[in-house]
Formats: sequence, structure tokens, C-alpha cells
Amino acid sequence: MLDDFLVRATLAGIGVALAAAPLGCFVVWRRMAYFGDATAHAAVLGVALSLALSISIFAGVLGVALVMALLVSGLSSRVLAIDTMLGVLSHSALALGLVAVSLLDGVRLDLMSYLFGDILAVGRMDLGVIWAGALIVLGLMIWRWQALLAATLSSDLAHASGINPDRERLILTVALAVTVAVAIKVVGVLLIAAMLIIPAAGARPLARTPEGMGAFAAVIGVAAAVMGLQASAQFDTPAGPSIVCVAAAIFVLTQGFAGVRRR
Amino acid sequence: MSGPLIQAEGVSVAMGGHLALQHVDMEVRPGEIITVVGPNGSGKTTLLRALIGAVPLSQGHVSRAAGLRIGYVPQALSIDPTLPLTVERFLSLPARRAAEDRRRALTQAGAAGLEQRQMSELSGGQFQRVLLARALLEDPQLLVLDEPTTGLDQPGSAGFYRQIEALRGETGCAVLMVSHELHVVMSASDRVICLNGHVCCHGAPDVVASAPEYRALFGSGTGGALALYRHDHDHHHHDHDHEHEHDHA
Repeated sequence: MLDDFLVRATLAGIGVALAAAPLGCFVVWRRMAYFGDATAHAAVLGVALSLALSISIFAGVLGVALVMALLVSGLSSRVLAIDTMLGVLSHSALALGLVAVSLLDGVRLDLMSYLFGDILAVGRMDLGVIWAGALIVLGLMIWRWQALLAATLSSDLAHASGINPDRERLILTVALAVTVAVAIKVVGVLLIAAMLIIPAAGARPLARTPEGMGAFAAVIGVAAAVMGLQASAQFDTPAGPSIVCVAAAIFVLTQGFAGVRRR
Repeated sequence: MSGPLIQAEGVSVAMGGHLALQHVDMEVRPGEIITVVGPNGSGKTTLLRALIGAVPLSQGHVSRAAGLRIGYVPQALSIDPTLPLTVERFLSLPARRAAEDRRRALTQAGAAGLEQRQMSELSGGQFQRVLLARALLEDPQLLVLDEPTTGLDQPGSAGFYRQIEALRGETGCAVLMVSHELHVVMSASDRVICLNGHVCCHGAPDVVASAPEYRALFGSGTGGALALYRHDHDHHHHDHDHEHEHDHA
């Protein structure tokens, strides 16, 4: 079964969607969308470093994403607003990564495959790495769910209950870096944030509880991965962007559903 | 337990380059109601946050009784509209609670029957009572409330304070409360701490109300506040006192 590249691609997409769903909810609730973008954009730099140092792309991207995420989450500037600082870091990291890649001698690099993903080229090994990473993220989210929610509501409430909100934020940061590292092959750096945010945002009108939103986000993400890949094979369109397009279409539908229900 | 539940010794907290609190000593003993009063910016909220460990101290230290259970009711809690949250789900944070416990806490807090409502749909008064119910579920030895009646009208806040007093009677928990509504709160308090960056004066409500430091902060107009509370049906005077506080805030 795993011999079929479309099956491998579908399984890879499902893995990423499952990890991104609960994490994406926190990204939305905590207004970290730009934060996710910055971490993902830094991944290009990770690709360049991995090629230069001849280490695995996964390790390089994970390292750089982790550094970027820690840098951004520890960042507090008195002069510039946080979204401005994130904008500076995010695009600088992307630009630096693109320049670094071009400076690599003797490496033929298909840059597009890192920017937009190369899910159809996912091998058995990649699949193993993607699912391992996805399970780590899912496990972290389930293990810390209550504390993460409390810390998201109010850091003072968390403190009063003996929860350290800084530690919970660190857990989210690490989970984000792992997700970026495993998702780069599937949707590429430019669209990773989309896999985090769009399913979660699409799930919002359907949910009454945080758990419900996480579950709906997972359903939407998985549906987008499966249908996006089918559409991609059918119409010969790029796989990663097709997945994101389907997710966006579902988002529009659920928003419409909310609008109708309100009336 | 006879020792203090929580004790601050020489606590100073620096916020953004200035000292929000300077050398504050205070303690809360089991079962007592303490009200912290003070003008805006006098460090009332900072004091509460220092006591629960939410801000780093620049000097001094806070000791809590071993295993102290604190029920905290924050001044304001803004729930992001993207976060769907029913009242019963909110009550199960951070620890899962049985449905029956949730129902009892809501009843105790005067918010019975709200389980299925979304937090974002609640009125100000309902929201505060749900926050109180969540704090009660911690089975607190100490209830910490930061201006819990912000946004409530006069009868609403008077009702809320009566509820707190009744809860103390029922559960025996200590209460530490910040309030700007001196005249409503004072009689229920065992002790009042008047704060203005440092502790200006403290003691029984009538002692504080007649202390010169307190009068210097709030003006002599509120000197009558305590007497007023004892016949607290005079609405004209209530309003007058309110204006007065704001003048000095």
C-alpha cells in the first residue's frame, strides 16, 4: 500500500493535519498567527544550513525553527509593537534563507519544493519522520491541554492555580517548531501557517467548546489534505497549494453556515 | 491551621522602572476578610499578583502556607472571541470538575443554571459570579478578589459583597479583596489595608477610616463613609462619596 506515492502523500498530509489542528487552535486563540509565519519562514534558512552542513533537512529546519520561535517568544520591545518586530524577523529570516541557499556552491536545489512543499515525493522515511513529529506534537497538546487552556485564558489565573504560563508558552513554541519541521515537505514554508490557522478558523463557528474546535479543526484539516491531493492528481495542480485551497473553501462554507445560523 | 495563610515581608515590586510597591508587610490569617483600598495606581493589583506569585519581587519575600489553595478572581478576564467556551467548560479549568461540583459552585456564587451558556454571552454580573464559582471550585482556603464588582451597579455590587460574606460564613475561607467601594465593603471586613505604594495604615475598618493617613488620601468626605455604611440606604450620600473618591484617584 505504501508503494503508491499518492497513498504516502495522503498519509503525510493527514499526519500534518492532525498535529496542526490542536496547535492551530492555540495559535488562533493566542493570536500567534504572525508568530507561526515567522517560525515557518525561518525554515528556509534551516534548509540552507542543512545543505551546507550536510545534515538532514529535518534536523536543520527543526533547529532553526526552534531558535526563531524562542527568539520571537522571548522578544519584548519597548520601541516597536510586537507585530512590527515579527514582521521584521519573519521576512528577514526568509530573505536571509533565500540568499543563503543561492550562495551554496555545487548544490542543485529545487527551491520551489521547499517554498511550496513536495508532498508527492514523500518517501517511507519521510513518512516515518512526519508521523513521529505529528505524534509528538499531538501528545504534547493532549498532555498539557488543561494547563495550556488555563494559561491562554489568563496568566494570572494560571499562576494562582500553580501553573507556570511561561512553561506552557515554551511547550507551544517547541510544538510549533516541530510542526514546521515536519510540514515543510508537505505544504512548504509559505503555506505552513495556513495549515495551522485555516482549519482552526474554519472550525470556530461549529464548536461550543475548545475540544470541539480542536476536533473540527482536525476533521477539516484531514478533509483538506485528502481532497486537495485528489484534486491535485485530477487537475495536475501543485499539491500543497491545492490542499490549502480546499481548506480555504471549507473555511468559507463554515463561515457562511455561521452567518445563516445567526440570522 | 493557626499561622498566616500567606505573608508578605518587605515586598517591593518594580514595574516599568518605578516601584509599584515599596516594603509592604502584610499577612492573611485563616478565615479573615481583608480589604485593600487605595487610589488608582497605588499598587493594589500588583500586591495581589505578587501574593499569588504572578510578578517577580525586586525585594522581600512572600511565604505561603504549605499546600495553600487559592481561589483567584481576576479584575477582568478578556476571553478571545475565537475561543468557544461554555460556562461548564470554563469551570473545569485548570482541573476537571464533576458536574455536581460545578452545579454547587454556581449555586453558591449565585449563578445557578448558567452551565450551557457561552462565556461571551454573559452579562457583567453573571460573568463575575461565574469567575467566583470557578474560584470556589478550588476549595480555597483563601479567596483573592481584584475589584470584583467593576462594571456592576450599586445594588449589584452590594449583592456581590453580601455573597462573599455569606461564603466566608459557609466555607470559612479567608478573603483578600481589592475594592474602590469603601463604603460598601468596609463593614464586612475584619481588617482594612490602605495602600499607596506602601502601606499607609491598616487595622479595623473604623480605625482606618479615622486615621489621618487615610483621610489625607481620600479626603475627609469619606470619613463619613463608615458611618454611612451603617445606615447604608442613603443613596444621595453614596453618590457623593463616589464622586469624592474619583476626585482623589
